[in-house]
Amino acid sequence: MTTQLDAATEGLDSTGSRATRVLGVLAIFGLAALALFGLVLSPPDASQGEVVRILYVHVPSATFAYIGCFLTTIGSAMFLWRGSSWWELVAYASAEIATVFTAIVLVTGMIWGRPTWGVYWVWDARLTSTSMLLLLLLGYLAVRRLPADHDVRTKRAAIIGLLLVPNVIIVRQSVQWWRTLHQKPTLLANGVGAKIEGLMLFSLFVGFIAIGLVFAWLLIHRFRLAWLEDQLDDAGLDAAIAERRAEGDVS
Amino acid sequence: MIHDALLIAGKDLRLELRSRVALNQVLPFALLVLVLFAFALDPDKSVLTEATPGLYWIAVLFSALLALQRSFAIESTDGNRDALRLSGLDPAGIFLGKVLAVSVQLVVLEALLGVGVVVLYTSRIDGWVLLAVTSVIATASIAAAGTLYGVVAAGLRVRETLLPLLLLPVLAPVLIGSTRAFEAALNGSPSEGWPWVGLMSIFASLYVVAGIFGFGPLLEES
Repeated sequence: MTTQLDAATEGLDSTGSRATRVLGVLAIFGLAALALFGLVLSPPDASQGEVVRILYVHVPSATFAYIGCFLTTIGSAMFLWRGSSWWELVAYASAEIATVFTAIVLVTGMIWGRPTWGVYWVWDARLTSTSMLLLLLLGYLAVRRLPADHDVRTKRAAIIGLLLVPNVIIVRQSVQWWRTLHQKPTLLANGVGAKIEGLMLFSLFVGFIAIGLVFAWLLIHRFRLAWLEDQLDDAGLDAAIAERRAEGDVS
Repeated sequence: MIHDALLIAGKDLRLELRSRVALNQVLPFALLVLVLFAFALDPDKSVLTEATPGLYWIAVLFSALLALQRSFAIESTDGNRDALRLSGLDPAGIFLGKVLAVSVQLVVLEALLGVGVVVLYTSRIDGWVLLAVTSVIATASIAAAGTLYGVVAAGLRVRETLLPLLLLPVLAPVLIGSTRAFEAALNGSPSEGWPWVGLMSIFASLYVVAGIFGFGPLLEES
């Protein structure tokens, strides 16, 4: 009955393959190394103290969240331009992972902000634009998961995905002006990038590697899962049609 | 394209003149929002006067959502969407016509809301040029982005809940920009407001271009 699906998923009992297993193991080692360097080996910061350790997760997550957004926009553009459903799935998968990473950025940022600034939230340009980014991503996902026809969903989501990066840029610009017109550039100025060296810099580097591996691993699996979901939809429809036809033959 | 845009805008505005939905429902809603702000904030402490630009543009945004829903609701019945598709009109023209019709309605609404804040919040109006230019650019931004996202949400069972989620984060720069520009005008320092008008112009241009190219594919499917 579901021959198409069987054919499509033949030999697949998971979305893993040898390459992704290697990648997964490397990601686990990366996270272990990050825990070692971030929590044990690196020294506490002179001004921020122990809290600085959160940033070894926070900063790489932010970077890869942005990379995910760019992938979504590129994927949507390729889908609209070439009609490539491979790119469409890349856009969808990276949007979902970018959403998770953006949420991680916001949560770790708030946990870091409470001891550092005394509050969970300030109306800083970066915080505000990151929260808007999360909402924009949720909008994309809402459209991509619409209870509607596959073509409708993908095309409408692609338009939103295409506009994602331009929107993020405009929102960032406006929020930056909004805050700097009212107050001097804020607290984050003494955060990352101010002065960071030695073992702390290396820990951050380990963070980028580890989070990057996790990002890649998640992306590949999410992509394969989305592809299987598409196959299932198609196969389900074909099976339903075949079933109706069979009913016709009997009577 | 321009001819088609004027046809569509004329049709939508004629529909509005005859049905008076924006006048009889959206405008009272906007005024109601102004009154609700007074309930929520203490009207004796001059909070309302100080926050006039922000409250004004929030009221405009919420009303714009209703006007946009209406703009696509009139296409959803009796297979109008198909009729529009088969009409042979340029999709870019349809987009621009819709934007124009929504803009005209919003400009009228904004003028009346302006009277509303002067009367209800005892706001003093100053810097007319900046106020007028800001209103026009912000309205074009809201209408262009709103029409593009409106057609994304159109024809779906979840359209009423989907449109605000899609549109309001996107319009955040317009809300910030128009509010700051109004503040600058009312505070008598219009030079601070013009950069915002520039930012909103870029926004409006981006969405007009995106709509001109994106409206066709979005209208064709489904």
